[in-house]
Amino acid sequence: MTMQNIGRPTRPEGDAASEGFASLTGGRGLLQDEPLIFELGGWTKTGVDLPAASEDASDLAGLTRASLDLPGLSEPEAMRHYVRLSQKNHAIDLALYPLGSCTMKHNPRLNEKAARMAGFADLHPLAPVATAQGALELMDRLAHWLKTLTGMPAVALTPKAGAHGELCGLLCIRAAHEAAGQGHRRTVLVPTSAHGTNPATAAFVGYSVQEIAQTDDGRVDLADLESKLGPDVAAIMVTNPNTCGLFEREVIEIGRLTHAAGAYFYCDGANFNAIVGRVRPGDLGVDAMHINLHKTFSTPHGGGGPGAGPVVLSEALAPFAPAPWVVSGPDGLHLVEEAVDEAARAFGRMSAFQGQMGMFVRAYAYMRSHGADGLRQVAEDAVLNANYIKARLSDVMTPAFPDGPCMHEALFDDAWLEGTGITTLDFAKAMIDEGFHPMTMYFPLVVHGAMLIEPTETESRRELDRFCDALRALAATAKLGDLERFKGAPHLAPLRRLDETLAARKPKLTWKPEAELA
Amino acid sequence: MRYLPLTPDDRAEMLGVIGAPDIDALFADVPAAARKADLFDLPLHAGELEVERELAQLSAMSRPAGAGPFFCGAGAYKHHVPATVDHVIQRSEFLTSYTPYQPEIAQGTLQVLFEFQTQVAALTGLDVANASMYDGSTACAEAVMMAQRVTRREKAILSGGLHPHYAATTQTIAHAEGMEIVRQKAAIDAEAAVIDAIDAETACVVVQTPNVFGVVTDVTRIAEAAHAAGALLIVVTTEAVSFGLLKSPGEMGADIAVAEGQSIGNALNYGGPYVGLFAVREKLVRNMPGRLCGETVDAEGRRGYVLTLSTREQHIRREKATSNICTNSGLCALAFTIHMTLLGGTGLQQLARINHARARELKAAVEAAGLEVLTPRFFNEIAVRVKGSAAQLVDDLLADGIVAGVPYSRLDPHAGLGDVLLLCATETTTSEDIAALKSALTRKAA
Repeated sequence: MTMQNIGRPTRPEGDAASEGFASLTGGRGLLQDEPLIFELGGWTKTGVDLPAASEDASDLAGLTRASLDLPGLSEPEAMRHYVRLSQKNHAIDLALYPLGSCTMKHNPRLNEKAARMAGFADLHPLAPVATAQGALELMDRLAHWLKTLTGMPAVALTPKAGAHGELCGLLCIRAAHEAAGQGHRRTVLVPTSAHGTNPATAAFVGYSVQEIAQTDDGRVDLADLESKLGPDVAAIMVTNPNTCGLFEREVIEIGRLTHAAGAYFYCDGANFNAIVGRVRPGDLGVDAMHINLHKTFSTPHGGGGPGAGPVVLSEALAPFAPAPWVVSGPDGLHLVEEAVDEAARAFGRMSAFQGQMGMFVRAYAYMRSHGADGLRQVAEDAVLNANYIKARLSDVMTPAFPDGPCMHEALFDDAWLEGTGITTLDFAKAMIDEGFHPMTMYFPLVVHGAMLIEPTETESRRELDRFCDALRALAATAKLGDLERFKGAPHLAPLRRLDETLAARKPKLTWKPEAELA
Repeated sequence: MRYLPLTPDDRAEMLGVIGAPDIDALFADVPAAARKADLFDLPLHAGELEVERELAQLSAMSRPAGAGPFFCGAGAYKHHVPATVDHVIQRSEFLTSYTPYQPEIAQGTLQVLFEFQTQVAALTGLDVANASMYDGSTACAEAVMMAQRVTRREKAILSGGLHPHYAATTQTIAHAEGMEIVRQKAAIDAEAAVIDAIDAETACVVVQTPNVFGVVTDVTRIAEAAHAAGALLIVVTTEAVSFGLLKSPGEMGADIAVAEGQSIGNALNYGGPYVGLFAVREKLVRNMPGRLCGETVDAEGRRGYVLTLSTREQHIRREKATSNICTNSGLCALAFTIHMTLLGGTGLQQLARINHARARELKAAVEAAGLEVLTPRFFNEIAVRVKGSAAQLVDDLLADGIVAGVPYSRLDPHAGLGDVLLLCATETTTSEDIAALKSALTRKAA
């Protein structure tokens, strides 16, 4: 069996033949087989009517390109092409999407409408600030909500995603250490259960990464942490609630030990949805935490972005926040695009402009809709739903941490599949045939064959039961030894299992004409 | 609350199934000192009407680019985006799906990414493109760090024509990784100075065309000089529409091309979300940052697409990854792809010619108003020298309802170029807009 280095099979196994009915044209009913645009002709076609333009580009003699070979489609053809493609995707709007650590919640359409209002969408990032007061006001209000919800005094809005926020937080920490003559601190401590972005970001900043052990009940091992905290440690990066879906009970002690050793406490806020409106990270000793607006605050994931990752900062780190930021003056709001104030010691700039404004609008609309009361209910329902799933599945699957409640996600291991010949991947792929997106698999790495289920608060009791019933039925079938159902899964998706090994061995990353392939 | 399906009865019954006396029992692991009994000091929930009203009021406090004559470019561009684009990207299946880690039920997103990569490779004249970065500026920083991995050298030379925000972003992020970043002095025709700075320690040179002053440059000689010294050439483009008219970075010898893709398919959005384009020569693929989509087959031999070469990425390689990037700009890349498909090669070429023609009209008008145009060869942006402060001029013309461009000093207050104004014209700029600018400038000069 071909495996990735985390034990995940990457090629289909077993009998590949598909039984059953075949159409005459090779079609699959309304699920259209759709070629690439490069195979749909249209090399001189365009779906945009443009006025005639001067052919004269004599002032650019020698600088113009000879040709640009890209196909075009008329508007109806383009519409059909992309709508057909869309139908090959699963989506939150179709069913529960239980990806642990990803917080796939409902994306309210009011937010989409607001983000497209001209005063936000048709606003140039370098427009005179006098013409951008509404946008700056929105950023200011968003900042107020984020600071209040986290109990932190400052926020850097510009990071464009969670990992970009981690980078921003660590750069603040590094700048603060350097300002205090502590630039020799070069180690970051990261629990073994951390998201991959944590060690990747620390390495990106030039820090060496050391792992912190985990206790049997899925938390940071305090004794191990204490033994590794020393004069060379710049920061710890801890996710809380952690990636096992558990709250770090000793988080205040973790913060105290970290600060006593002269290091900063970076919290990965990916799981903030579990505690929003109920617990403030500022009360836990956190110095910096990114907030994935595309998780907790419902901005759409969009098939892999764009996200937004503002970082809240403690008093100690706030002066080092990157440019630009919003300040209030007698004649309205201003944008500080370069640190000129002595008090500000900005470490630099995270990107060209002000951050993900389109996501700020969506997140703010979401916060305003929920309010202080609704957001608290968000955390409670998210945690309730996860515990409900854990309760309903624990007699047929094996929870990784059976004792005590989980937070917003329920973690199972693959012990219950032992002897069946079925892997976590097989089980997850079989979920597709039952109409559900698989849960997060093989993560966190500390649990064998991990299955991490995060339902979020936007699932109804009926949908939760439908999901639990499907998993219970699958679990029962797995134990009865119905191998083909699992090994061959998915049977009912637009495609069967894909050969990832082939894709990596002979990378084909762009379309090429037949002639060039030959 | 309209986004929460559970009823009080549901909650009570579910607690019963769990065996918990109340919701607080599920938060028992939170230290008592950190449990908040009271609601936070923020407004309570609001209906859709109320929230929409508040957002509309905020929106109305700003002046959109489309509200009148408008000449800002410098890294973000006002273009017309066909209605089809925004409709399709709001389809549930695209909008509310996750990163395509389960390829059997994400072929829509994956095929789009494959089309996107192919389009970006063709536009930049290079072999391979990734599935997008956050934006052009972060793509530039990633390219510089990639050059360090490829050459095992530490020095990057940034041309004085590179957008100052790109240079600052690169300096922040690449310097964090320990690279030496040499920023050359800002100058209209800065590219000539780059060649002299290349030495045996140089990992890469970064050159923008059209540059921040609008200057179009043939970078072929810079490519030759860089390659002779064992360095890579990174070409930056902030205006993707220019690919429709100008020689591609690949054609001129670039090893890595990065660009801001906002111009195609995406709104101005006050700076984000945008979409970073990142393309390289074939031999550099395994050093690339970010997600890559590749073609393969399924268990029945049917063609399909998957995310591939993921052993470069953080979720597999952790601290040894080529980048920490995870989320990218999927939906903005989709918008780019749909708009590019509607345009086709011929449409983009036509659009680019229109942009160039509008800018020539703008140049003539500005010259007629008595200002000195500094940009010798341009696409759709020009730099002009004004009498006195460019920032002051922009403020003054605002009173006439004209947004007269970006003062260079806003991008870089230390360059001593306070009298330089950057102006841009696109297909959305009308002759009336240009005439209004001309008459205001003439009045001002009188």
